[in-house]
Amino acid sequence: MLTVRGLACARGGLPLLEGVSFALETGRALVLRGPNGCGKTTLLRTVAGLQPALAGEISAAPDSIAYAAHADGIKGTLSVRENLAFWAAIYGTRGIEMALEQMNLRALEDRAAQNLSAGQKRRLGLARLIVTGRPVWVLDEPTVSLDVASVALFGAVVRAHLEKGGMALIATHIDLGLPEAEVLDLSPYKARLPDLGAGGFDEAFL
Amino acid sequence: MIALLTRDLRLALRAGGGFGLGLAFFLILAVLVPLGVGPEPATLALIAPGILWVGALLACLLSLDRIFALDFEDGSLDLLATAPVPLEAVVTIKALAHWLTTGLPLVLISPVLGLLLFLPAEAYLWLILSLLLGTPALSVIGTFGAALTVGLKRGGLLMSLLVLPLYIPTLVFGAEVVSRGAQGLAVNTPLALLAGITAGAVALLPFASAHVLRINLR
Repeated sequence: MLTVRGLACARGGLPLLEGVSFALETGRALVLRGPNGCGKTTLLRTVAGLQPALAGEISAAPDSIAYAAHADGIKGTLSVRENLAFWAAIYGTRGIEMALEQMNLRALEDRAAQNLSAGQKRRLGLARLIVTGRPVWVLDEPTVSLDVASVALFGAVVRAHLEKGGMALIATHIDLGLPEAEVLDLSPYKARLPDLGAGGFDEAFL
Repeated sequence: MIALLTRDLRLALRAGGGFGLGLAFFLILAVLVPLGVGPEPATLALIAPGILWVGALLACLLSLDRIFALDFEDGSLDLLATAPVPLEAVVTIKALAHWLTTGLPLVLISPVLGLLLFLPAEAYLWLILSLLLGTPALSVIGTFGAALTVGLKRGGLLMSLLVLPLYIPTLVFGAEVVSRGAQGLAVNTPLALLAGITAGAVALLPFASAHVLRINLR
């Protein structure tokens, strides 16, 4: 269960979003949409705990969120298996076999990650999510550089995760083949520019 | 934790990991100094403690910006910050991995380089001991500098400027231990101060590093 109430967040000191509220129930997915620069990534980073919220609250069970950013955090000189084994050890889980199987990486497991194609790297990055064993997936543009078949594969993996009682918060521009997912358009939540009234000028320099 | 340490060591040892960089620099310095200064044993023996310590310090400095920069670029620092490991521990492990791949090899090779510089025989023990005590401080302080400049484009210069002043006490007392040892004087005071600096840095700086890392990742 992930609940966000009246959330406001900023990027580089500039408020981007305010008053964002949503609730994510067990087994549901929420797709965030909005034009470039509207604050999708900032919202996800705030939810993942990488930056503080300007206002509002985020309530989630402790240690329930797994975050996947634009960059996959893959080490090129390590093999696919070593990369996954590292994250499994960090999250204290086992069973990277299932992740290799589900993301169709079995044939590539001993290859150095630097020799993977962009799409294969992305699949490895997403396999990391399965390895974490966390219920809430926070995904930032998970389907960049995936081909049609891999997008379908990813959709199936997310659906399997939801059926096991997981949740997913996904920022994306394309159709993931998840018709059951709710869609939240972030454009109406655009933050108004801060009021530079009395004292505002000085504060801008503090 | 151990997984992070073994990953960092493995990354450093594989191709392109920069394992030999500091070591090669240390070796080159110790070979070039006698060529530049001249081969008189008396002169070389006099400056050997200082040269060896300056060389070890600069060799350490050379590899500092890799501590966090690579993890920052490929996004794994963000992922580590959201993983169920305290960032203080991540920073400590990173410093330990840096010491194991840079500081420890420097300690081990230093007697050989001491030979090149006509270091007096009685100073070898103190050279190894002082480097063993001092280089962990170099790694920990350097990790703090790397955390301060993570995410900056070409942050290496700024980091060197921030870190070098913090290295000075370690350098002064480390070189003092060796040169007093070479003259057969008592080394207790500089040795204790050197150990004190290292103990203080190891105890306190990981918290500062983790804090600045959190701010830099925002």
